[in-house]
Amino acid sequence: MAEKIATRVAYGNALAEFGEDKNIVVLDADLSKSTKTDTFKKKYPERHFNMGIAEGNMMAVAAGMASCGKTVFASTFAMFAAGRAFEQIRNSICYPNLNVKIGATHAGITVGEDGASHQPIEDIALMRSIPNMVVISPSDAVSAFEAVKAAISHSGPVYIRLGRLDVPVIYNKESLDFKLGKGIQLTDGRDVTIIANGLMLPEAIKAQEILKEQGIEARLIDIHTIKPIDKDIIIKAAKETGAIVTAEEHNILGGLGSAVAEVVVQNSPVPIKMVGIEDKFGKSGKPAELMVRYGLTPENIVEKVMAVLAMKK
Amino acid sequence: MNNEKIRNLKTHAANIRKGIIEGTYAAGSGHPGGSLSCADIMAYLYFEAMNVDVANPKMLERDRFVMSKGHCAPALYAALAEKGFFPMEDLKTLRHIDSYLQGHPNMDTVPGCDMSTGSLGQGISAAVGMAMAGKLDNMQYRVYAVLGDGELEEGQVWEAAMSAAHYKLDNLLTFVDYNGLQIDGNITEVMNPEPIADKFKAFGWNVLAVNAHNFEEIDNAVTQAKQTNNKPTVIIAHSIKGKDVSFMENEASWHGSAPNKEQKEKAIAELDALLKELGV
Repeated sequence: MAEKIATRVAYGNALAEFGEDKNIVVLDADLSKSTKTDTFKKKYPERHFNMGIAEGNMMAVAAGMASCGKTVFASTFAMFAAGRAFEQIRNSICYPNLNVKIGATHAGITVGEDGASHQPIEDIALMRSIPNMVVISPSDAVSAFEAVKAAISHSGPVYIRLGRLDVPVIYNKESLDFKLGKGIQLTDGRDVTIIANGLMLPEAIKAQEILKEQGIEARLIDIHTIKPIDKDIIIKAAKETGAIVTAEEHNILGGLGSAVAEVVVQNSPVPIKMVGIEDKFGKSGKPAELMVRYGLTPENIVEKVMAVLAMKK
Repeated sequence: MNNEKIRNLKTHAANIRKGIIEGTYAAGSGHPGGSLSCADIMAYLYFEAMNVDVANPKMLERDRFVMSKGHCAPALYAALAEKGFFPMEDLKTLRHIDSYLQGHPNMDTVPGCDMSTGSLGQGISAAVGMAMAGKLDNMQYRVYAVLGDGELEEGQVWEAAMSAAHYKLDNLLTFVDYNGLQIDGNITEVMNPEPIADKFKAFGWNVLAVNAHNFEEIDNAVTQAKQTNNKPTVIIAHSIKGKDVSFMENEASWHGSAPNKEQKEKAIAELDALLKELGV
């Protein structure tokens, strides 16, 4: 069993690691123990500001600080970042293209027991529809750490989607070549392509192994950056495998599946099936139970692969 | 303040008002009423209070200004043009396609504009962020903002107020342009934000009040604000919407509509008469 670390833990570690840069400032909205910005706070308390339970204000304060040359990380749960503070992010951060990074934790239904009010399944759709915004959904702790590093190097707003759950470590720190906007191909295959990100990547790896046993060679791609999306790797996969299945912990409306479909239909149309939340609210439960209930398992991916293969000419 | 200084500020204010009228007329839309009511505050800030450099609009140590009531962009643009950040003539491109003078302030296109605003309640938060950054870097700059009175109905204003007091931002000074009118009518009838002074006091602010068209009062209040430690200051500036254009004064209908040619000419003639009185 691979080591398991939550992406939010990697986020906190990365902030602490890169925090020696005095331009970096971290804001939180009374959730620093959960978002893990407290890891940064322990090292650099003078540059960590608690803005209280007032996310809209926090985002516009972040914009003001960024206008004075700061690289600002603003953190809260994804629900209240992308949801509640959507318009502050849009108008105060993205419109002036300010250097604010939004570390949004507890994304998706695997928030678990807190239930639907705390389970954002719309955040990627919301964030990727704003001009100037970069959207990243890393799948493991190693790529989440690298995502923070890449976000710091990028001048402008970035939304980093992070999870609550401990998830398997997939990548090797030494060999991972993480580039904003570049997908990562994990396995080659000619029969079908599975495109996943976030905590659906380990599920997709399992699906790829099940398919292999059945003689189906699936290409597996991690699209960690949903915007700007890696068109080349998607078009190549469409041309070479002729069928695509996407897998995401998000509403199938507007998320990774939609972003992939937008590229495919305009460049190299092939059948696509989407694994994700079927446009309904989550509920309380253990994360593993919820993943089964909402169709986010390797078996669900395999099922969609079979369906898309049947559509393939 | 000596008389010469006051005369100069009045002259700048009249020129700013002319710019507001020319801009909104050329645009065929926009918000003259609330722009005219804060014109004296803008003249005071850019010609008396603020350390800015037209040759170096992004100077690190400059004082910052945020027009939190972003629809009063015509007043900001006219003040920046009067200061020399760009030609007065460009005000006539306001809201036109390909103009850098967008309907609401855009910090990326307008020289001297420190924050993009327009969605009410957000500018004051950005001003809080600027003041926090200044404290963090031990910079001596001050951050000024103008809030609308109707804008106080936005809950975010009070989130910002709470955070400014919490972080003891004595480098932050905001005016409330209290002209008493918003689009749908009298602010106390639409959604009463009173008691405004008590609210800011309860949030931990230093609260002052002035006549928004009296430079001596403004100057005294700003001086007092600068001497106040550990607290942000709000100056409640009692103003007249549409000030100095007779037919626009105290008329809510001029909140968001532009003058036609005849009205523009009448307004400019009134402002020119004011300038003549000042001996300009």
